[in-house]
Amino acid sequence: MNNLKKKVQNSIALLSDKSAKVFSDIKTMILKENETKVVHPFRVIMAKEISDHVKSWRFVILIAIITLTCFGSVFTALANFSKAVKPNDPNDIFFFLKLFTASDGTLPPFFVFVGFLGPLLGISLGFDAVNSEFNRGTISRVLSQPIHRDSFINAKFAGSLTVISIMFFTLGFMVIGLGLIKIGVPPTAQEFLRIICFILISIIYVAFWLNLSVLFSILFRQPATSALSGIAIWLFLTVFYPLIINLVSKAFEPSKMAAAHQIIRYEELKLLLLRILPNQLFSEATTTLLMPSVRSLGPLTMEQLYGTIPGPLPLGQSILLVWPQVTGLIAATILCFLISYVLFMRKEIRPR
Amino acid sequence: MNNKIIELVDLTKQYGSFTAVDHLNLTVHKGEIFGLLGPNGAGKSTTILMMLGLTEPTSGSVKVCGINSTTNPIEVKSKVGYLPEDIGFYDDLTGLENLIYTARLNHMPLIQARQKAELLLQRVGLTNNSNKKTGKYSRGMRQRLGLADVLIKNPEIIILDEPTLGIDPSGVREFLELIVKLSKEEGITVLFSSHHLHQVQQVCDRVGIFVGGKLLAEGNIQELSQKLFARNPFITEIKVSNKQYTASKLKGLLQKIDGFIDIADNKDSFQIECSRDITAEVAKVVVDAGAGLTYLNKKEYGLDDIYYRYFEGGEKS
Repeated sequence: MNNLKKKVQNSIALLSDKSAKVFSDIKTMILKENETKVVHPFRVIMAKEISDHVKSWRFVILIAIITLTCFGSVFTALANFSKAVKPNDPNDIFFFLKLFTASDGTLPPFFVFVGFLGPLLGISLGFDAVNSEFNRGTISRVLSQPIHRDSFINAKFAGSLTVISIMFFTLGFMVIGLGLIKIGVPPTAQEFLRIICFILISIIYVAFWLNLSVLFSILFRQPATSALSGIAIWLFLTVFYPLIINLVSKAFEPSKMAAAHQIIRYEELKLLLLRILPNQLFSEATTTLLMPSVRSLGPLTMEQLYGTIPGPLPLGQSILLVWPQVTGLIAATILCFLISYVLFMRKEIRPR
Repeated sequence: MNNKIIELVDLTKQYGSFTAVDHLNLTVHKGEIFGLLGPNGAGKSTTILMMLGLTEPTSGSVKVCGINSTTNPIEVKSKVGYLPEDIGFYDDLTGLENLIYTARLNHMPLIQARQKAELLLQRVGLTNNSNKKTGKYSRGMRQRLGLADVLIKNPEIIILDEPTLGIDPSGVREFLELIVKLSKEEGITVLFSSHHLHQVQQVCDRVGIFVGGKLLAEGNIQELSQKLFARNPFITEIKVSNKQYTASKLKGLLQKIDGFIDIADNKDSFQIECSRDITAEVAKVVVDAGAGLTYLNKKEYGLDDIYYRYFEGGEKS
């Protein structure tokens, strides 16, 4: 009996030894593979870009701000969770999504925070992307290597986007994890998919701001100027533009006695003007995705509402509803990227 | 030696109405050190940028290693190393990391990149500083690291644009010696752009003088001086202690020598122009006459003279 035990122990030890050896072999093999592999210059620049971001103080500060505010909003949502869940609420089935949308008024909910801080993140990751390379004189050195010129700008964009994506997914999953621990109810498949969609849209939204600030970094030689212009645009679009739209549209406001189609047309015009804003598109898209009961983003007449049973939309319908918004966001992002791409390709590369 | 490695034909670059480079024709042969000499703003840097395909020429063609730089810049850039005037490094990376980055942009795997970078750092004498951040490097060290950075891609040609700017004299000498050594040992063609005459004179096999976007002259230093000073190619300078001997008196004595042209009084010395080298005869005549020869100098034209002569001409035109 003792003998058998010993034998088993021996063989287990042998096996674990062998497996350890196999593992270390695989590890050295991978390392060797990495060391001896020829990597495309695009990937090399991208890797450097990512490591630059992650190592920088700027990134640490940003991630601290965003993590703190997001967790703050999640905690206030959790504290009022019992109040947020009302009886007869069509959103009730989507218990878990409340985590992202509920608030007691002291702090805005999670998705509003993302909409507010996302631009800041995008601007601060991109505002010195190109001009700092010019100012340090590194651009002529990099571009005199055998690489395509557009590899440089593409890699810059891809690197920053990777950083943003990883960050948002981490943040989103952390919130889900926190909710799981606190509420004890796991999200349904649909809720999970909705959250993933929300994260994806957030990434596109931040990518827009990233591209805008990369554009400024090509236009302006001084990083301070380009950062300031990015922030100015952000402030203008979030604060002043809606204000101006309100003032202007007041002048065209039809009287209360006007025909219904007139009022509808007026409301639609107002919305159209607001939908030029990327943050408007973002908030419409995220609201629809995170609150399944939202079934229209424009004005609805009483006839249209009459007889409807308040209930959540399936995910496919919600996505269909925000498809124009998402397309608009992607288009704005691509437009910014295109302009910066063309400007960069035409720029003369001179040493300092 | 007669392999044309850089060939510029009618190269022109205009910025608006300003012509930076004006119908430039230039040929550099394999293995030589060619000096591009010209004042600031002569269009040297623009020409170099066009060779690398970083700027497009308005007209004309650039061929480097037989490849057109404007249409195939990538191939050219894999064969040409370029060291700009003030090379920029990523300050938060170490010297070694900066080199490895460049090597990897040249399709080198990591392990090979590291070996090569260490080898080159040793070669330029920066081994002790290889793990220091380049932000803390001195000007001379940066420039040497720049040379290592250029060499890491095993170039056929290296282009140095004002590489010695801001380095102290001993640093300059070391740097130039390093370049000559590299060129001779590895057969690398070097294009050396500078406005420093003495440095160019020290290292270059051939020189091109470049003013206002035009190449005014091209050749080795002797050829250039012959071309320039065709009228009076040889000048011998003498000083005498006996004050009785004036220019006219000396002229009477020296006229017998074949090849003598003229003598001019130049304060305390005399300049003798002649059509051939008559220094020895002059010395004999003056000593025999008992004039008390204290100083005798066969004047050779340095780049200084060539330079000034050209710039005078350049400004007039």
